[in-house]
Amino acid sequence: MADAATATAALEPVPDETAPAGAPPPPQPGAVPRRRDWLLTDAPASRSQAAWGRRYQAWLAFRRNPLAVAGLAVILVMLLLILLAPVLATHDPGIQQLGNRLAVPSAAHWLGTDELGRDVWSRLLYGGRVTLGMVVAVVLLVAPLGLLVGCVAGYAGGLWDRLLMRVTDVFLAFPRLILALAFVAAMRPGVESAVIAIALTAWPPYARLARAETLTIRRTDYVAAARMTGASPARVVLRHVMPMCLPSLAVRVTLDMSSIILTAAGLGFLGLGAQPPLPEWGTMIATARRFILEQWWVAVMPGIAIFAASLAFNLLGDGLRDVLDPKQR
Amino acid sequence: MISASDLDVRFGSNHAVRGVSFDVAEGETFGLVGESGSGKSTVLRAIAGLITEWTGRISVDGRALGRKRDRAFFRTVQMVFQDPYGSLHPRQTVDRILSEPLVVHGVPDAEARIARALEEVALPRTARFRYPHQLSGGQRQRVAIARALVADPRVLLLDEPTSALDVSVQAEVLNLLADLRAARGLTCILVSHNLAVVAHLCGRLAVMQGGRIVEVMDEAALRAGRAVHPHTQDLIRLSHELEGT
Amino acid sequence: MTRTVLPGEPLVAVRNLHVDFPSATGVTQAVRGVSFAIGREKLGIVGESGSGKSVTGRALMRLLPGSARVRADALRFGTTDILHASEAEMRALRGGRIGLILQDPKYSLNPVMTAGAQIAEALRAHTKLGRREAREAALNLLESVKIRDPRRVHDAYPHELSGGMGQRVMIAMMLAPNPELLIADEPTSALDASVQAEILSLIEEQVDSRGMALMLISHDLPLVSRFCDRVAVMYAGQVMEELPAADLHRATHGYTRGLLECLPSLEERRERLPTLRRDPSWLAPRA
Repeated sequence: MADAATATAALEPVPDETAPAGAPPPPQPGAVPRRRDWLLTDAPASRSQAAWGRRYQAWLAFRRNPLAVAGLAVILVMLLLILLAPVLATHDPGIQQLGNRLAVPSAAHWLGTDELGRDVWSRLLYGGRVTLGMVVAVVLLVAPLGLLVGCVAGYAGGLWDRLLMRVTDVFLAFPRLILALAFVAAMRPGVESAVIAIALTAWPPYARLARAETLTIRRTDYVAAARMTGASPARVVLRHVMPMCLPSLAVRVTLDMSSIILTAAGLGFLGLGAQPPLPEWGTMIATARRFILEQWWVAVMPGIAIFAASLAFNLLGDGLRDVLDPKQR
Repeated sequence: MISASDLDVRFGSNHAVRGVSFDVAEGETFGLVGESGSGKSTVLRAIAGLITEWTGRISVDGRALGRKRDRAFFRTVQMVFQDPYGSLHPRQTVDRILSEPLVVHGVPDAEARIARALEEVALPRTARFRYPHQLSGGQRQRVAIARALVADPRVLLLDEPTSALDVSVQAEVLNLLADLRAARGLTCILVSHNLAVVAHLCGRLAVMQGGRIVEVMDEAALRAGRAVHPHTQDLIRLSHELEGT
Repeated sequence: MTRTVLPGEPLVAVRNLHVDFPSATGVTQAVRGVSFAIGREKLGIVGESGSGKSVTGRALMRLLPGSARVRADALRFGTTDILHASEAEMRALRGGRIGLILQDPKYSLNPVMTAGAQIAEALRAHTKLGRREAREAALNLLESVKIRDPRRVHDAYPHELSGGMGQRVMIAMMLAPNPELLIADEPTSALDASVQAEILSLIEEQVDSRGMALMLISHDLPLVSRFCDRVAVMYAGQVMEELPAADLHRATHGYTRGLLECLPSLEERRERLPTLRRDPSWLAPRA
């Protein structure tokens, strides 16, 4: 039986839209429906077939949500733009043309220039690397940390719960920007310290959320059943409790995206985030604030970028939550 | 095989189980009967190690048990819960649910065991990669039974295993449990509020009320209505009434 | 209160009721052509989960989710056509002329209101009573559902009441506007056997003394047959058999027989329980 399963796993076609790399199947009209049948079969022959089938069904469910697909599309386009920044940028984002300050959008400067005569379009492209990179880095730091602290506190209860939650409260009690300020001041100002500082102040709500979810989950029979298998508490938390906390956390993360961008901008404005020649969307808005009434495009362009990014992340997160929950299908 | 003596369980000020003692021989099926709040499920959960607020002595297979149970204990003792909707992880497929005990205990040959377990509980192969919410109540309880048996335990604790099921499905699950018990020589404790179900599966039973065992009797005495304690007599009378005789 | 029932007509008339739930993967037919009538009597609707028995009950109160598609040749309560009644008319029916008792009082009672306040609210929603009169009436109702200490229960919150007591409060609340029909959907499945019998006897007594009609929805065939005049057995959205409760042991349909036989019995010892063999012909649409 085990051998048979691995054999089918080795033979399985690649269930991807792109053609398999090895022997391409003969181009016949029935090829695509057959792959679809293989994916949607009622009786998968192997674990990998079942897993691919689930992924395909998740994709089908995701595709039914046009807003989520739009969000994904916007994010993919943005990623493409910032990856191709060196090709698409019309100017060097750092080069100043003091004679051409605050120029209106034109053929030479598609989105105009800023207060030092730098090309806004090019700065937006390169700034996206910094801003989106920071957001992703913060989320990657914050979500697992909050999830872990919250789940452990909620599941272990007693002393652990009190200890971890008081630590969380301490971080929650500090004004966010001040804690970040103190932290960055102690370190070298820069993108990395800004990321760590924001992460340090952003995790407590995640821990609270995960703990609240865990408190209900730990009382369920399926957790009791998991304990009855003889699994260690670590295994129960990691494999059985955490996956149930993910959907609500995913929503919270996407809602937080824009506020992370704005905190990063705040730090940048105070000179503690991305350092001057380096373009960053939040800092771009912050410096353009002074001429927002006369030369509005300088501030509006990065504003649109931040708005589009947060909205896209929100839509994507909403769609993901629905797909993450197998009951929705 | 299983023995409990002077078992006491307190949750704060709530004294749920008071001085419960009983012994279950190897291969026997022992019933615990009572109304809600009688402490019957609490006794079962204390034996399973799911609650730690107990005092007294519990031993399984001659080994006295502490508050914390080691992995070997869970290899010997398994449990089936009442609600098949709540006892299966909603985001794990049947395959994953069944492989979990095997992974924890490091049992080799998982593939064959899972296939055999599914066959044993008469689930179709198509069910293997389904999520619990795609199965009917009876199928879910079969998955729960398969999970309990996949690592070959010797003791099975059954907490109202059929009370959330339709009567036609209840009959199928009861038959299945009887078959598996005979085939594997399992020792079982069955908790139920339904006297007819207990009489069907158990050779001996204890009637609980207010956290105490008020009477221990065998199946024949139960069917003949030879009960001494008034509470037992009440339960038997009600059961007959509901059967419509 | 004026009784608006056409002379010679039953209180509830359901003819060829269909309820469909469209979903992404197709249409689920929950009810497929159910017909019955209820006069001043106790009708039991029995079936297993998924048989459409609860959906039938809810269709009568128009309490189904918005996605449900309801069709019927007739769906009438008294003179009201439920399919075409306005929302205001339905509100007068629900909790006014039709009372609904659900399975678990833990979920159907409001946890932050005292039992008395909830009954008083039900009273004031359908009659013009002052605060004090409502309190008096609530106490009377609690007494009528055989609560020994109505004053204590009146001021108690639902979590302070046992399951049986909660269900009594629920019944008192539903009796408040003096309804003509009581729909009880698995009213005792969450309760102990001893309390089950008490609650059902209470419902029976109230229904008889107030001249109401009762529609008792349950999965428990023997239980229903004890408390109802007639029993309709549902399977896969259709009524398989309708017969007087007293004749249940003479049931002819294979499904009814199967349901009765697969119960474990305290009377006799059986090595194996006969299991229900589902005949595919039961699924065929009936006329």
